[in-house]
Parts: sequence; C-alpha cells; structure tokens
Amino acid sequence: MKVKYQWLILCALLTASGCSSLGVKPWERETLAREDMLMDADALDLAFDEHIYFSKEASSGGQGFAGGGCGCN
Amino acid sequence: MRKILLLLLLVVSPLKAEIYNINQLDLKKHQGKVVYLDFWASWCKPCQKSFPWMNNLMAKYPAENFTVITVNLDAESEAMHQFLGKVKADFDIYHDPSGQIAEQFKIEGMPTSYLIDASGKVVKKHIGFYTKHVDKYEREIEELL
Repeated sequence: MKVKYQWLILCALLTASGCSSLGVKPWERETLAREDMLMDADALDLAFDEHIYFSKEASSGGQGFAGGGCGCN
Repeated sequence: MRKILLLLLLVVSPLKAEIYNINQLDLKKHQGKVVYLDFWASWCKPCQKSFPWMNNLMAKYPAENFTVITVNLDAESEAMHQFLGKVKADFDIYHDPSGQIAEQFKIEGMPTSYLIDASGKVVKKHIGFYTKHVDKYEREIEELL
C-alpha cells in the first residue's frame, strides 16, 4: 500500500514538473516577432474572422499585438 | 566575388562596433566606470530605436567615466550582422546566442537595460525603451557620474 502511494506521489511530481518550462523566453521570440506570425497579418482574413466572432459570439477585437508580436515593451 | 564585396563593405562602412563572444564579457574590467548594459536583438523594434540614443550617450559622456555595453541575443549571428549593416553602433557588442547571460540577468522583456555604477552595483533596470523617457534615463546616468 505504502509503495503504491509513493508511486502515485512520484507520478504527480513528474507530471507537475512538466509545466516548469512552458513558454518562450523574451529573447527567444524571434520567430513570433515576424510579421507573418501576427494573427492579423492578412486584413481580409481578419475581417472575415471578426465578422464571425461579432455575429456568432458577440465579441470583437483582441486579435493583434502591438510591436510586431515580439512582446517588446 | 561575394567575399571581396563583403570585405569591401566592411572596410567602407562606418561601423565602429566591435563584436565579441559573450565569454569575453567581463564587467569587472569596467569597474570605476558607469556602465549602461543593454540587451537587444535584431528583430526587436524598440531596440532599434534605442541605438541612436546609445550612440549619443557614447559621444556625450567622457569615455573614462562612462561606457555602453550591449549584449545581442540573436540565435543566428547573421541576423545580428545584417542589422548592424543597417543601424550604426558606436559601442561594443557581445553576442550571446544561447541566452546564457540573459538567463543570469533574468531578462523580462526586450530590450532590457541595466545601469551599473562605478562600484559595479546594478542601480537601475529598464524594461523596454521609451523615447519619451530618454531625459529620465540620462538624468539617472548623470546622477552617477
């Protein structure tokens, strides 16, 4: 029984540590900073998406990131 | 032919920046001077904006009391060289492709800069570069000189 719990704790710890290195560091955003990585890179595409969000989900905006998406400033 | 052109470009370009490997960075060597340490990358737009101002700092304050040292965090050195072909830099650049120093300094955004006093102590930290705060940055430097 005791051994079973130990395994359970070990598994839980291993699973939890999987989240320790999520995301990119500020200096690793080179690819994300590219203009074509922006969610609003294509104006027409954005307009369609916005229309769908607006009419089906009653929401709009929040697609773009200022500063080229690099997380600068 | 390409190599010759590149060489010619290097000789002709007014580039004053020296590029070093990050392992050569020794801040202790600059003790006795106020150091403006800046972390930048070629893809970061505000970093580019800060370059003319940092050049200006180098010209404005005496070299025996003040220096600007920058750390480039581009993974590829080619991107850095391309950037420096377009943007003038009058200060030394240390290339840290793996981000080992950035990790040590716990960089939270790009660009990040540190103002280090003559004793080697970090006095100020700026995350991002704002042209509207340039006066404030300069006042902070002048307080230490």
